[in-house]
Amino acid sequence: MNKDDLTERFASILRRADRRARERRNEAIPTIYIVMSTCGLASGAAETKQAFEEALSDKDIGARIVPVGCLGHCYAEPLVVIDHPATGFPPICYHQVTVARARRLVRSYLEKGDPVFEYVLGALEENDLIPAVTDFARFNLEQRLVMEHCGRIDPDDIYQYIAAGGYSGLVKALCLEPEELIDEIETSGLRGRGGAGFPAGRKWRLASTAKADGKIIICNGDEGDPGAYMDRTILESNPHQLLEGLAICAYAVGADQAIVYVRAEYPLAVKTIKGAIKSAEGVALLGSTILGTTFSLNVSVFQGSGAFVCGEETALIQSIEGKRGMPQHRPPYPVEKGLWGRPTVVNNVKTLSSVPPIIKNGTEWFRGSGTETSPGTAIFSVVGNVKHPGLVEIAMGTSLRTLIFDVCGGIPNKKSFKAVQIGGPSGGCLPESFLDTPIDFDSLTQAGAMMGSGGMVVMDEDSCMVDVARYFIDFTQKESCGKCTFCRIGTRHLLNILDRITNGEGSEQDLELLGTLSEDIKLGSLCGLGETAPNPVLTSLRYFLDEYEAHIKENRCPAHKCRALTAFYIDLEKCARGCEVCVGCCPVEAIFTTRGRKKAIDQKLCVKCGECAVVCPPEYDAVLKVSPPELAPTLERTPDGK
Amino acid sequence: MAELVCMTVFESDPEERAVLENVAAMLEEFEKQRGNLIPILQAIQDKHSYLCGGAMEMVANHLDVALGEVYGVATFYNQFRFHPPGRHQIKVCLGTACHVAGGDIILENFERKLGIKDGETTPDREYSVERVACVGCCALAPVAVINDTVEGHIKPSRVEGIFVQFQVEREREEREEAERESSE
Repeated sequence: MNKDDLTERFASILRRADRRARERRNEAIPTIYIVMSTCGLASGAAETKQAFEEALSDKDIGARIVPVGCLGHCYAEPLVVIDHPATGFPPICYHQVTVARARRLVRSYLEKGDPVFEYVLGALEENDLIPAVTDFARFNLEQRLVMEHCGRIDPDDIYQYIAAGGYSGLVKALCLEPEELIDEIETSGLRGRGGAGFPAGRKWRLASTAKADGKIIICNGDEGDPGAYMDRTILESNPHQLLEGLAICAYAVGADQAIVYVRAEYPLAVKTIKGAIKSAEGVALLGSTILGTTFSLNVSVFQGSGAFVCGEETALIQSIEGKRGMPQHRPPYPVEKGLWGRPTVVNNVKTLSSVPPIIKNGTEWFRGSGTETSPGTAIFSVVGNVKHPGLVEIAMGTSLRTLIFDVCGGIPNKKSFKAVQIGGPSGGCLPESFLDTPIDFDSLTQAGAMMGSGGMVVMDEDSCMVDVARYFIDFTQKESCGKCTFCRIGTRHLLNILDRITNGEGSEQDLELLGTLSEDIKLGSLCGLGETAPNPVLTSLRYFLDEYEAHIKENRCPAHKCRALTAFYIDLEKCARGCEVCVGCCPVEAIFTTRGRKKAIDQKLCVKCGECAVVCPPEYDAVLKVSPPELAPTLERTPDGK
Repeated sequence: MAELVCMTVFESDPEERAVLENVAAMLEEFEKQRGNLIPILQAIQDKHSYLCGGAMEMVANHLDVALGEVYGVATFYNQFRFHPPGRHQIKVCLGTACHVAGGDIILENFERKLGIKDGETTPDREYSVERVACVGCCALAPVAVINDTVEGHIKPSRVEGIFVQFQVEREREEREEAERESSE
């Protein structure tokens, strides 16, 4: 393999990318970057884009609109960044740009040069005029190694990624021997980001020493955890970094075939990654004889059909083979005998996306962030009761408190923190006393939660921990593949017990039964799904036993969440005579007028949706929620139906 | 578990017959490999929005596997549907964030309003309701997807509003239809 020839070929691609970038800059017309990933579109980014287009053509202003991927700031969607060089302002990031705001921005900023300060989130560069986004904790406490380019480049334009330094890691890797490359990944200490944290370098070495032809790399993008969407974001916002990592991995282990496994529920991600593969093949960065070398890699996309258990590598392989996604006994491990009996490396989207920056910047650089045993960064989707939900990439070892209260702004509506659920259905609920736990693979496992997929749900005082445990068991019970008896039937029984407790029919023996059954399920299951399924129950039993006891002994839900144990009633002292707001909103017509022309709730009809409490004007605030339900005074309807 | 509703009726039902003719043409494009099973089922559902018994039987014949095996795979994965969906598809997200924000109450409101349970279609095939695990818009919880539009921060009273909107739309369509007829 001729190294000079290789670097020369890449240099010509790089020149083309730089020329394109320069030409764009030289045009000196404003550029509008609109975040158009799934969450942006859900918040109305498509309407915003249309509004910009119409307003620009109305005013006859020349501007370029560039759709970009997700920045991770879901709370501020639709996000728009406007770069208007003629005004002398740096690129400015605007939040919640609705149709009306888009029109206003065109009128004021693009036409007259007034940057409309009230919609500004921050400037993307340090300057004297507008506070930079890096002044905010949400931006400056983050450390972006994997998501560095997400939201900054057009995912459909390979040249933008190359101009930003993309694919140079692959070139560097191709100049090394595969053996050296694996050494490099091993010394970097990169651990698999899929949840279990298996060292990536060791996996690659095992696969590279396997003596068989036709090795395969699978990128695991089967993100089944309800509440985690970082893999989707990477696939939608920067697919080329993933493909670059995939190619480096394939070169290191000697594979010539790669499959990207994406959930079919992510249509935009499927479309983006397919387009990215095509354009990379177009410039010989993928496909046959990459950059003129003897290394070839054929990449295809497989759409997963939605089964949580397929996140497990052997189940994932089964599903590609066209079978039910049921986990298999290991050994043999997939690195020895995987898809179609060939050595197979299964790596998560985030693991593979971490590879190019490591190769480019060196292992020392990577080890510079994170902890000794978990170097690098962790990506979390922080959702639930926080002010600034979204995707956050932070260095491993950061405390939960920093992440929840500093980066994500803490709990809104003056409520207090109760628990944080980490790792999705396999993880656990941690109470306030664990807030100073550092986030890394080992500390979280020790606390009873796990890194898992990186889903993080923050819960305030209004969340019932028994209900949350019930929710996750309901999920795993449905998603259990049915192979192991303890997982199949045991989770069903856990659910029945939790159903009883949340309905106020639990007994004291149930608590003991929950504990022993959970341990049995852990021992009697083959794969990670069963082994970790009882975690939400075990952690909530350990840290929130008082809530379970309140449900069982007092028939009371402390968080007023379990509907069988709560009731709504209208305080006649506070209710305003003649006001009809609650009557109109009740979906089941349970609210009637009393003799005193005030309102009352028919408890027999009430479905406890809570809508009347929401609409009751704050000056009356007459709808109250109580638990146990017996505390609600009952008023009978008068015979005339009133 | 889903039933194979059209196993017995597909011979006589013209709608089914049209579907099956199309499936036959589709199968030509796929090689006879077991690994193609899921892509084939996905392609059929993409085109016809559900899998009927006759179609699964044809797939089994094409790939030379047992019909039970095809049915086993199809029912294992959440993506596949065995009933025709309604004209308006309602998907209520019950991901973790939506659950904490009261997504189950929203689902219940849709179910009550339409008189069907999740996974079902109204008899007039106007509406279908289903629960989905996560649509990935957790910051907007609770979320429902109405046709292809994502409704964020949805409230029980908004459910009512959505149906009023459909009602208004239908009435407008009917009025336009009537006007067109009278002008012709």
